[in-house]
Parts: sequence; C-alpha cells; structure tokens
Amino acid sequence: MRAAFEGSQAIARAVARCRPQVVAAYPITPQTHIVEGIAKLVADGEADCEVVSVESEFAAASVVLGAAVAGSRAYTATASQGVLLMAEVLYNIAGMRVPLVLTCANRAVSAPINIWNDHQDAMAVRDAGWIQLFCTDNQEAVDTTIQAFRITQETELPVMVCVDGFILTHLFEPVDLPSQEQIDMFLPPYRFSRTLDPRRPLTLGTLVGPEHYTEVRAQLHGDLEAAAEAILKADADWADLVGRRAGGLIKSDGPHTARIGVLTLGSVYGTLQEAARELVPDTPLRLMALRCFRPFPAEALRAAVDGLTDLVVLERAIGPGMGGILATEVRAALAGLRDAPRVHGAVAGLGGRDIPLDILPRLLALADAAEPVRCSVIDLQKMPPARLGADR
Amino acid sequence: MSKTTVLDLRELRRRQPRFTGMDPGHRACQGCGQSLAAHIVTEAAGPDVIVANATGCLEVFSTPWPQTAWRVPWIHSLFENAAALAAGIETALKQQGRPTKMLAFAGDGGTFDIGFQTLSGMIERGHNVLYVCFDNEAYMNTGVQRSSSTPHAAATTTSPAGRMRPGKRHLKKDLLAIIAAHHLPYAATATVAYPGDIKAKVRRAMAIEGPTFLMIHAPCPLGWVHAPELTIKVARAGVETGLTPIVELERGKLVSVLPIREKRPVTDYLRLQGRFRHLLGDDPVAVQEREHLQALADHNIETYGLLAREGDVRDSVTAALVRRGGAIR
Repeated sequence: MRAAFEGSQAIARAVARCRPQVVAAYPITPQTHIVEGIAKLVADGEADCEVVSVESEFAAASVVLGAAVAGSRAYTATASQGVLLMAEVLYNIAGMRVPLVLTCANRAVSAPINIWNDHQDAMAVRDAGWIQLFCTDNQEAVDTTIQAFRITQETELPVMVCVDGFILTHLFEPVDLPSQEQIDMFLPPYRFSRTLDPRRPLTLGTLVGPEHYTEVRAQLHGDLEAAAEAILKADADWADLVGRRAGGLIKSDGPHTARIGVLTLGSVYGTLQEAARELVPDTPLRLMALRCFRPFPAEALRAAVDGLTDLVVLERAIGPGMGGILATEVRAALAGLRDAPRVHGAVAGLGGRDIPLDILPRLLALADAAEPVRCSVIDLQKMPPARLGADR
Repeated sequence: MSKTTVLDLRELRRRQPRFTGMDPGHRACQGCGQSLAAHIVTEAAGPDVIVANATGCLEVFSTPWPQTAWRVPWIHSLFENAAALAAGIETALKQQGRPTKMLAFAGDGGTFDIGFQTLSGMIERGHNVLYVCFDNEAYMNTGVQRSSSTPHAAATTTSPAGRMRPGKRHLKKDLLAIIAAHHLPYAATATVAYPGDIKAKVRRAMAIEGPTFLMIHAPCPLGWVHAPELTIKVARAGVETGLTPIVELERGKLVSVLPIREKRPVTDYLRLQGRFRHLLGDDPVAVQEREHLQALADHNIETYGLLAREGDVRDSVTAALVRRGGAIR
C-alpha cells in the first residue's frame, strides 16, 4: 500500500507487521514517535505484542535481550544518549550473539546537548559487534527494517537500522508499506537456537578466561564479516518479492566514466543526487551511499570506486583527534589497492546543521586540491549564496 | 519370592530423588554463604524456573566456561541489569503463555547500588519475578570493597580501619524499607543460618503472581574475615543480636518476624569477624562505635518486634513457621 506516512509511523507499521512479541523502549527525541506508533498499534489491536515501558534505555536493551533469549522476537529503538546509555548492553547482546533489531534515529551526542541529526551515536558503538545499516530514505527504512528481522535471525547477530533523526523520522513522504502477506512470506517465525527452556537447561553468558576469549572474539569478527552475504541475500530476496532493493552493501549512482566520486551515509545521498542534477549536470560524478557500515564491505567498496581518481567522503560525525571516522575507514579499506583514488574527508551537518545542495560544489573543490584533504569541516554558514536560492 | 531389603533411614533419604538446581564442584570459597543460599533457593524453587544472574561471585564461581554448575536455564548478562533481564524474559514467557517462573539473582552490589534502578523499575512494572539478593555486605568479587550494604564501622578495602577512621563511616542502607515502599506483594529477609526458613519463603514467593523480593544474609569468610566453618554461627549471631532482622512483608506491611530467643550483645557478633576487630578494644572510638552498633540492633528489635514472647517457637528449622502478625502497634 503506497501512502504518505511520517517516517516514524511507516517504521512503526513495518515493525508491527514483522510480528514482534516484545517491544521495550524509553522515549528519546527523535526516536519517540516510533515506539509511540507501535504502542498505539498494540492498543488498537493491530499488533499482538507486549510493550514494556521501561525506566531507561539501559533497561530497554536489557529487556529485549531477555525476551530474545526466551524465544520471542524483540525490538527496540533509541537515539543519541540512549545509544550511549545502552552501550554496555549492546556489546553484551552482540557478544552473546542474540538476534535483535534496533532502530537508531540518528542524533548528535552531548555536550553540547543537541537533539538534531548527525551520526555520532551510531559511530560510538561501531565496534560493539552489531550489523549497522544506514537508510537513505523512508522506503529504505521500511524495507531495511523488515530485512533486519530476517538478517538477525539467520546470523544471530543484532542489527541496528540507522535512520536520520528528524530528516527521515519526521518527514512525510510516500512509502509503499508492504502487506502482512508479503512480510509473512519473507520473514519466517522467530527461532533462536539457544532459547532458555527448563526442559533443556542451558547456561548463557558464562565467564570466559584468557584461554578461550580470543577465539570467541575472533569468531564474532569473522561471523560479522560473513554476515554481508546474509545482508545481500535478504535484499535480493526482498527485491524478488516486492520489486525493489534497499541498497545492498553500497548503493551507487553515476556514469562509469566518472573520475570523481562522493561517498556518504544516510539521507544526504538524496541531497547529493539532486545537487548533481541541478548544479553540475555536465560533470560526470559517481555518488555512493554506504548502506552497510558494519560489517564494513571493503571488497564491495574497492569495486565501487573502480576508475575514480578522487573520492570525497562526506560524513555527519567526527572522531575528535582523528577526523572523519568513515573517511579513516575508507582509506584503510582502499590501502594497497592499485590505482586507488585519493580520499578526501569532509565533515558536515553536525547537530542538525542543514546540508543544502550547495555543498556539492564545495565537495568537488576538495578533489582539486594538490594534496588529499584529510579532514575538512565544512562550515555551511559561510557558504556563498546558493545558486538556487538560500532557502534550499 | 523376592528378597526384602531393609534400608535404614539415611539410606532411604539418600535414594530419594531430590531436585538440585545448582551442582556442587563449583569454585566458591570454603564456607561461602552465597553458594549455600543459592543452592537452597534453587532447590526450593524447583526445576521449572529460569535464572537471570548479575555479575558477581556467584556468576564467576559457577560458570567458568566450559563448565557450569547450573541444572536450570541460567543467563548472565551484566552487573546492573539482572532485574531488567529477568523482566524481559518474564515478558516473553507471559507473551508465549509459558508458566515458567523467573528468578533474578544478584549480590548486594548488584542490588543496593549499581542495579538498584532496574530493580525498582522491575518491581514498579509488576513483573512476575522472584528477585533474590545474596547480601554479603560488600563487593566481594572485586576484593572486599564497601557497598551501601556494608554495616557501619565495618572494615573493607575501601573503608579500611585506621588511626583516623573506624571503618565504614556510613550506615547500612535500609533497602528493605525502600523495597517495601513499592508496595509489592511480598518481600522478606532470610539468612543461611535458617535454611528451612529460606525454603519456606522461596515457596511462598513462587506461589505469588507478581514481583517478590528475598534478601538472604550470606556471610563471606574471606570478606568478613572469619574461619570458613563459622559461616552459620556468624549468620546466627547476626539474627540473635538483632543486627539481622528476619522479617516478612506483604504489600509493604510487616506480617511476621523470626523471634530472637535470647537477645545477645552485638559484641557476640562483632568478635567473630575480623572486619570488626578494630572495634573490640578500649579506645574511646571503638567503645563509641560498639555503642552505636548496639543502638542500631536495639532499634531493629524495637522496630520489628523481634524479641520472643511466651509461646513463640524456638529458633530452629521449624522457626520457619514464624509468628504471624509482626510488631504490635
């Protein structure tokens, strides 16, 4: 059913149709509309699920962890400080290999306190062992949410679906909400291989000493890398069912002859596409959205940058003392590649600062630099007046 | 004709199948009060349970991978989330229509301090969980640091006794009163000195639909500095001096107490343990702190009406059948 939804409501409906049995969350802007939406669907009898309104994000993550190991499909959503308060549990969930889906309505991290969008929250837990998928629009948010439930079940690795706070969560746009029948065909009932059951007692979460710990952690790394296959397969199967993909590992747009590329995460991809059409229609340009940030798809990235001389990485987060987080990882992934493009780092859109179309010429200017630009924090306030009007 | 074998009582008992939730052979210290209490609780709770265990000694000594002491489904996640984890499992069980009872285990660190918030939230939301706090009055797993459950004036590694300080400066948190303020269906204290009482309280809690709380006083020979064989004696002295009130509350109201047969001075409890050694001398601070602790014990006795009356059962295993009705108002 194609209709206009607020992003959060579209996600809430998609989650409800995935038949979660336990949802636990704590309100935090800009995530709140999602769990409010789920609570209302449950209250109206449109979803059969226990909603636990807990006393903190820390408890929310702990509750869904408990529900998942007790054999129930479980879901939570949060953002920003909530992600950080959950951080200890997020590491624990991944380490215990528990299937869960979490929507992160990406938001800046305090201090200074700021409720608007950037990606610092997701970056803060990039090494927790979760699959992290970034969505460029609300259709992808819906499709990725549904796929996430299947990916987590197949891999027994938790999945974080990253959706730009406000920019997507509070945006009304037409979304095709898959039917219950379609989702039921795609998503088998929840099953967890180590469900806690008195008829078959298991001990989970044991103490592991130095003699085994390295192997356990290395396994997590290996399995997370291998999860790329399940992510691609879920997207392919989804495309067979509904006729559209949600971005695979990396989404790419532009001619093969392009020598300059821009790689980004999340909804700014749409801005860049429009900017390319409107502002530089005659410049061959390859735009890329990294959908799968964890596992980091190094091979797919190497293939995606083939033929480029310059790659600008635009990101909405910063690693103080280092610079761009994504740019650093991209450089590492491309290191040693023959004819690898020069990688330029750009940081913009922190704490909800608007990223207008005008950013694209500035990004392309980085590619003209004599030396690769390590980290350029683009101050959009000081940008020249927009060609298409300052209100864009 | 088949031959009749006559067995003595001991042999009959040995042959009787008896459920054990927690096997021996784990790595607890000799005389560990917590392992004893956990064994009694799981035995009384029976096999149809799931345990959510906080980080702490119990988790460490019972599950060094690839070994486990548990015969019931058991999960450890973190130090401060046992109650929330249990709440999540209980919610799933309820949603699935499974009758299994949920237990949460934590020490006093995981209960009084770092896990207090999730405990309060779990009780407030009314989850059907029996939360058991094994109270050994300090952070034993990390090497005997003070907790908010550590008694006043006890020496720990972070509240050491010295020339300027007589051990812990603060009072033991009255957690039971805070729990009682949640008006939960059932809350009780118990002690390893009275195993039958623990079992009776676990069975009561198991029969209740809703959040229940049991705090078991569990001496730690290493942290309290007493010989391993004195665990029960120390625990019993805690009861008989009034320092460890053993009570039951329903909806926050006192309904029964374990009566004290003969009240003993607090020094009978203090002198058994190295953590109070600095309080036994004649210097004015030691004398003052002993008076302070005696006043706390007297306060407990007064508040809960702990002194035995004519006709009360004596403190034995059958003292589990404690006086109903509690303090006279």
